[in-house]
Amino acid sequence: MTTLEFRNVTKRYRVRGAGKMLALDDVSFTLESGRTIALVGQSGSGKSTIAKIITQLERQSAGDVLLDGSPIPRSGRGLRRYRQQVRMVFQDPFASLNPYHTIRHHIERPLRLDKVVPSDEIEGEVRRLLERVRLDADSTIDRRPHELSGGQRQRVAIARALASRPSLLIADEPVSMLDVSIRLGVLNLLADLQRESNLGVLYITHDLATARHFSDEIMVLNRGRVVERGPADDVILNPQDDYTRALRNASPDPDRHFARTTASPAGAADTEGALA
Amino acid sequence: MTEDVLLTISDFSVTYDVDPPVEAVRDVSLELKRGEILGLAGESGSGKTTLAYGIQRLLKPPAVITGGSALFHDATGEIIDIGALSDDEMRRFRWDKASMVFQGAMNALNPVINIGRQLGDVFTTHRPELSRSERTRACGDLLDLVGVGRERLRSFPHELSGGMRQRVMIAMALALHPQLMIMDEPTPALDVLVQREILAQISDLRRQFGFSVVFITHDLPLLLEISDRIAVMRQGRIVELDTAENIYRHPQHEYTKRLLSSFPSLTGDRGDFVRGTDIGRSEREAATSAEGTDTALEVTA
Repeated sequence: MTTLEFRNVTKRYRVRGAGKMLALDDVSFTLESGRTIALVGQSGSGKSTIAKIITQLERQSAGDVLLDGSPIPRSGRGLRRYRQQVRMVFQDPFASLNPYHTIRHHIERPLRLDKVVPSDEIEGEVRRLLERVRLDADSTIDRRPHELSGGQRQRVAIARALASRPSLLIADEPVSMLDVSIRLGVLNLLADLQRESNLGVLYITHDLATARHFSDEIMVLNRGRVVERGPADDVILNPQDDYTRALRNASPDPDRHFARTTASPAGAADTEGALA
Repeated sequence: MTEDVLLTISDFSVTYDVDPPVEAVRDVSLELKRGEILGLAGESGSGKTTLAYGIQRLLKPPAVITGGSALFHDATGEIIDIGALSDDEMRRFRWDKASMVFQGAMNALNPVINIGRQLGDVFTTHRPELSRSERTRACGDLLDLVGVGRERLRSFPHELSGGMRQRVMIAMALALHPQLMIMDEPTPALDVLVQREILAQISDLRRQFGFSVVFITHDLPLLLEISDRIAVMRQGRIVELDTAENIYRHPQHEYTKRLLSSFPSLTGDRGDFVRGTDIGRSEREAATSAEGTDTALEVTA
C-alpha cells in the first residue's frame, strides 16, 4: 500500500510586474494505491501545477508532499526511487515519444535504468508489457512512433509508465488528443490495469463525464483551491458548490437536454428527475 | 420550398492528388436551410474540414475538387454557383455572403496590429464607401455585440484571453452580416464555461440576423444540444443526416451508434465505458480490434 499525501500545499509563481500569483492555495489530498481520483477544473485552475509538483518538476512554496509519510528526496537515488514509484502518462503521445527511437527502446530504457529485471530478461519483459496494453508485440516492437496511430502510441506511453512497476500513476489528460471513438478504449485499458496492479491513479481532466465514470472520487479545483470533493457520482449528480454546478451545467449533456425538451411544463421537477 | 434553402451541395467530391490519391470527400449532397444550424460530426480524417474548405474554395493543391457543385441561394433571389465564380467575384463573395471561423482561429490574429484595425480591414476591403468614423463605429458595435466591448478596439491580441480572441474572430465573421457562417472546431481550446457562453451568443445572433451555421466538430454531445440537424461523416461520406433528436433517439447507421456510445453520459449511462464490471468485455475487445482496422485512417487531431 503506497500513499502520496499533499498536506496544505501552496504554490506561488512570480509574475513580472504583477507580483506573485497564487497557483495552489492550501491544497490537501491523499492518493493511495487501488483508488482513482479525478482532478477537474478549467485551465488555470492549478491542475497541471499539481502534476508538476508530484513529478517534482516544480517545488511547492509551502506545505508538504509525502510519499508513505516521508518528504520527497530532493535529489540522488532517493528521488529516482520516488520517480520509480510515481509515473506519469502525458497528454500528447506525439510529443512524449522520441521519433528517432523504436518502441523497444522506449520501454527498455526504464527497465534498464531502474534495473527492474536482469538484462537477459529485458526482451521478454518488453513483450509482456506490450501485451499488457493490448498491443501485438511482434508487429510493434521494432516500429517507430510515427508508424503507429495515436491510440497505439498512447498505449506505448502507458506500457513505458508501467515498466518500472510503479504504485501510482498520474494521467494528465491522457485521451484528449485521441480520436473520440478510441478514447474509451484507452480509458478502459487504464481502468483494467489499475485493477490488475492495484494502482493509485490521479486522472487529470476537464471532461466531467469521463471523470465521473472513471474515478472513485472527484476533486474540483478552482483558482488553486479545492472547492468540492467527494464520491464521483455525488459530485456530478448533486454538486454542492456553485462553481461545480456551473461547470456541470455548462458541460454538454444530451440526455438532460432531450429529457427537458420533451418534458411536460413542470420543467424544474423533470430536470431533477433526469438527473436521478 | 426552395425558398428556404440557402445552400445546395450536390455530389461534391474532393481528392488529394498524392500517391496513392486520397478521396477525402466522396459524392456529398446536402441542403442547408436558411436560419438552420447544421452540425457536421466526424473524426479526424473523415473529410469534414475538407468539405467546408471545398465549399469556400479554400483548398490548396494537392487537393482537387473532382466533381459536384455548391449553389448558394442568395437572399436577393439570385442563385450563385460558387464553383463558377471568378477569383475576383469569389473574393467579394467571401465574408460578404459566407464567412468562416477557422480551427484555432484565436491564433489567427496578427500580433502586431490592434484589434480595431484588423476588424476595420474587412470594411476597408468590402465596404470602401464607409468613412473612417463610420468604420470605427461599426467595429466598436461588433465588439459590443460579441461581448468583448468597444473599449478593446485598441488592444493587441496578446492583451486578450483566448476566449476574447475567439469572440473577435466571430465578430469579424459577422461583420458584413453574411447569410452563412461556417465554424470549424471553433471552441475546443476553450473552457466549457466560456464555450457555453459563446455558443449561446451565436444562437442569439442567429435569431437576430437569420443566418445559417455549419458547425464542425467531433464533439457529438455538444452538437446534439446546439444543432437543428446533424450530418455524420465518415471516410469522406455522409453516413447519416437527420434532426438532432432523431440522431439521438434513433440513430440508424452503425458508425453513428458507435460514436454516440463513445461518450459516456454526464448524468446517465456509461456508454461503452465499463469500469468495474466484466460485462461487455467482449464488446470492448471488438472495439479494440475495430481500432486496429481504422489505423490507416486515424490521424490524431
